[in-house]
Parts: sequence; C-alpha cells; structure tokens
Amino acid sequence: MAKEKEPKQPAAPFGVWAPAVGLAWLIPGGGHLLLKRTGRGVLLMLAITGMFLCGLMMRGAMFQPQSGDILTILINTGGFIGDLASGILYLLSVWLGYAQPDVAGHVHDYGTKFLVTAGLLNVLAMVDTFEIASGKKD
Amino acid sequence: MPKMNLSHFEAALLFALFTSVVMGVVTKRTDRDRLHYGVYTFVCFVVALFGIGWLMYFGHG
Repeated sequence: MAKEKEPKQPAAPFGVWAPAVGLAWLIPGGGHLLLKRTGRGVLLMLAITGMFLCGLMMRGAMFQPQSGDILTILINTGGFIGDLASGILYLLSVWLGYAQPDVAGHVHDYGTKFLVTAGLLNVLAMVDTFEIASGKKD
Repeated sequence: MPKMNLSHFEAALLFALFTSVVMGVVTKRTDRDRLHYGVYTFVCFVVALFGIGWLMYFGHG
C-alpha cells in the first residue's frame, strides 16, 4: 500500500525567518544564536570563522566574476558567490584591503578552497536556520 | 596576519575537521546523532584521503 501523503504545511511568513537567515548570512552562527540555539551557533561560528581565517592565513585568493568561456564563468562566478556567502568575514577582509593574487603553490590553493568552503558551509548554516525559524526543525 | 604553511595532509585534515563539525551540527536532530554524524563524516574524509592518496600513488606509476 502506498503511504498517504502528509498534508503540506503552509510556508512560514517571510517576516518570521528573514531576520534570522539574514543574520546567519552576515554573522556565521548568528542565526542560531538569535533563535536561542547557543551551543550549535557557537560551534558553527567557530568552525566557519576558523576555516575562513585559515584560508586567509594560507593566503588564498578571492574569486571575482569573469567573462570568457563557460568554464571560466562558472568557476569564477560560483567561487565569488561562495566567498560572498561568508558574510561579514568576506566584507571585512575586502574592506581592509585583502587582495591576494592567485599564485601557484599547494598552500595558496588550499587557502582559496578554504575561503570558498567557509562560505558554502555558511549556506548550510543558513538553510538550517531557515528550517528552525520556519518550524520545520527543532 | 601570520602566514600558515601546512602540508597537503595537514591542510586536508583541517578541512575535514571544520567541514565535519558543520555537517554534524546542521544535519541531525539530536545532539547524540549530531556527534555521531560529525565523527562519521570526519572518518569518511580521512579514509577517502588515504584511499585517493594511494590511488594516485599507484596511478602515477
């Protein structure tokens, strides 16, 4: 027997989740802290900020959107979005003049990946914040 | 800002650690499951690290 479909819950209003998700983007772990998930918020903050700082200390490069062939566009635009997803960490480092050129070497390479991954992990944290704020998760 | 100079292995371990923490925190519903999943993810990363490392070693000839 096929399982009966559960009735779809109505989507939570924008005003309920938007502040938490916005704060989660700006400050990694901030959305969880706003929603009183202190332990998880602190862990996310430490992990994402730690990863971003390691990326900076490895002198990773920040991506900038570029035109050209499809692969160049995809890599650079995707990388830029990943960098931008780190919120205040990205904004501060750019405002304070961090501009590392893309140079050869495995440490720089890892640094670049650390910077992008910190942003992508923050996207996961934002999705989790959304689910908590909209009542889909504890 | 101080400069960090890590080997491939150290950098990959650090990457695995940070990623596992976040994966553990955001995916499961109880603290016990989160801890288990975080450790599981970290172990998977390390196993893949060694596995792919040996694969590249043998593939290189």
